[in-house]
Amino acid sequence: MARRTLRVVALAYLAVLLLVPLGLIFWRTFQHGAGPVWHSLTTPTALHAFRVSGIVAFWAVLLNTVFGVGAALLLVRHRFPGKRLFSALIDLPIAVSPVVVGLALILVYGKFSPFGGWLQGHGFQVIFALPGMVLATTFVSLPLVVRELAPVLTEIGIEQEQAAWTLGAGRFQAFRRITLPAIRWALGYGVVLTLARSLGEFGAVAVVSGRLVGQTQTATLVVDESFQNFDQATAYAVSVTLALIAIVILVVVNLMRPEVKA
Amino acid sequence: MGIAVANVTKRFGEFVALDDVSVDIPSGSLTALLGPSGGGKSTLLRIIAGLENPDSGTVEIAGQDSTRLPPQHRNVGFVFQHYAAFKHLSVFRNVAFGLEIRKRSKADIRAKVDELLQLVHLEQFADRLPSQLSGGQRQRMALARALAVEPEVMLLDEPFGALDAKVRKELRDWLRRLHDEVHVTTVFVTHDQEEAMEVADEIVVINEGRIEQVGTPDELYDRPANDFVMRFLGPVTNLGGRMVRPHDIDVLPDAGPTTVSARVERLVRLGFEVRVDAVDDQGQTLSVQLTRAQVESLTLAPGKVINLRPSAPVSRETEDVVQPASA
Repeated sequence: MARRTLRVVALAYLAVLLLVPLGLIFWRTFQHGAGPVWHSLTTPTALHAFRVSGIVAFWAVLLNTVFGVGAALLLVRHRFPGKRLFSALIDLPIAVSPVVVGLALILVYGKFSPFGGWLQGHGFQVIFALPGMVLATTFVSLPLVVRELAPVLTEIGIEQEQAAWTLGAGRFQAFRRITLPAIRWALGYGVVLTLARSLGEFGAVAVVSGRLVGQTQTATLVVDESFQNFDQATAYAVSVTLALIAIVILVVVNLMRPEVKA
Repeated sequence: MGIAVANVTKRFGEFVALDDVSVDIPSGSLTALLGPSGGGKSTLLRIIAGLENPDSGTVEIAGQDSTRLPPQHRNVGFVFQHYAAFKHLSVFRNVAFGLEIRKRSKADIRAKVDELLQLVHLEQFADRLPSQLSGGQRQRMALARALAVEPEVMLLDEPFGALDAKVRKELRDWLRRLHDEVHVTTVFVTHDQEEAMEVADEIVVINEGRIEQVGTPDELYDRPANDFVMRFLGPVTNLGGRMVRPHDIDVLPDAGPTTVSARVERLVRLGFEVRVDAVDDQGQTLSVQLTRAQVESLTLAPGKVINLRPSAPVSRETEDVVQPASA
């Protein structure tokens, strides 16, 4: 009895929080059929925004994959002074609000800061341009790959690598032939999570992008702006597309999960 | 020369794992590093392999100074207690690994791996993954993998420690026979004196980061350098202030000038043998190992007073401390 009550409460909670709003968006979007949705999604503004989102997510995933593997190896395989601080810093992006991240980036790279001004003087604009958006997105999705990899690296231990060394493999050969295959599922899982987080990023990007339509506007920014401008059709259509991408990612992640355990 | 370790010291923080250790391991021998856990024997093996760096001292392998060589250039085969099997590679690919790194031709690799799999009796398991093998089979695979690169020396770190008693015994015999066939200089670490005595030509006893004694199994058993070695290599008991092996005691019908008298407390049957627990007139407990026939002919029973005398040359005046502790 108690278990059934708990189940009902849990389902009701999920319904109120997730299923009803998401269902309503789907319903509202396709209220007048697929035609208007297609029309909203294929405007130059929307198409460009999806492209920008894709580019930003691509770089964020790439940077965080490389950094994530390196940082996880460093955390699990090495001892060094300041290791705990390093570990805590990796988790910082989860704790700090993305808006704060955006503002901080403007302080460092903005036109009126010394460093940002110097960069701009050399023709490299960070804020209100793609580099700043990539930085912001990379920052907010930073821990995902590291935190997926670290426990798996701990579990597989270092002996397989050491065995590879004694058999004549150098550090990089041992990593590529032995460590990488052993962590590939966790790495894939971390990459997919990073991708989802990057595509969905709003706050930090909203601050550093300047929201220039047709230039630095991402899909999430399109949703916000069209909603503010009472263009609900576009807001809903882009939202649903983002939600569908997220669902596909979730399905992929769940298909990968059993492999992680095996 | 096989392996020459000279004046090696290794600390982990405050802990001294090896304290100025020097030992020569002759080429082609099968040597055991024997000692209690935490005594430094695994550290010594890992320093020979290049998996740890000594704080000071040198390691020579086959006449070449290898102290600063990384493990991949030392040409050693290393076998881990927990196999360290490459989980995502088949048995064949595991054994082929070192040869693939050395970029041998496909045909060469196949011939060599097939030969080795036959040697370790795994030829029918070539396409299996390590997870589909038993512990004993995995360890044989690990041995074949290490042998594939034709190493100068083979180093085995508690190779049978994770296996159950029966498999362990089989693999011991098998390692001994394998070494007689292959003749590669082999060093294995063990804390099991029986394993060391049974398999090795030479035993290096290591305790608290120091070498206590080096010698053949017979030398160590019959002429232990100190109390520690004597205790570690077999059971000992105290007979009138002397350290004796329980099976090196004569039970005499009459008291004499060199005998110690004791009262039988308990008889414990251990299959063919009987352990007689007794208490001497100083209140010291001691034990004597006899055959069942001896016990019957002496009509031993709890309460009976017997006269004891050491029968063999292996006995030592008891010392209090073997060596000053170094850690």
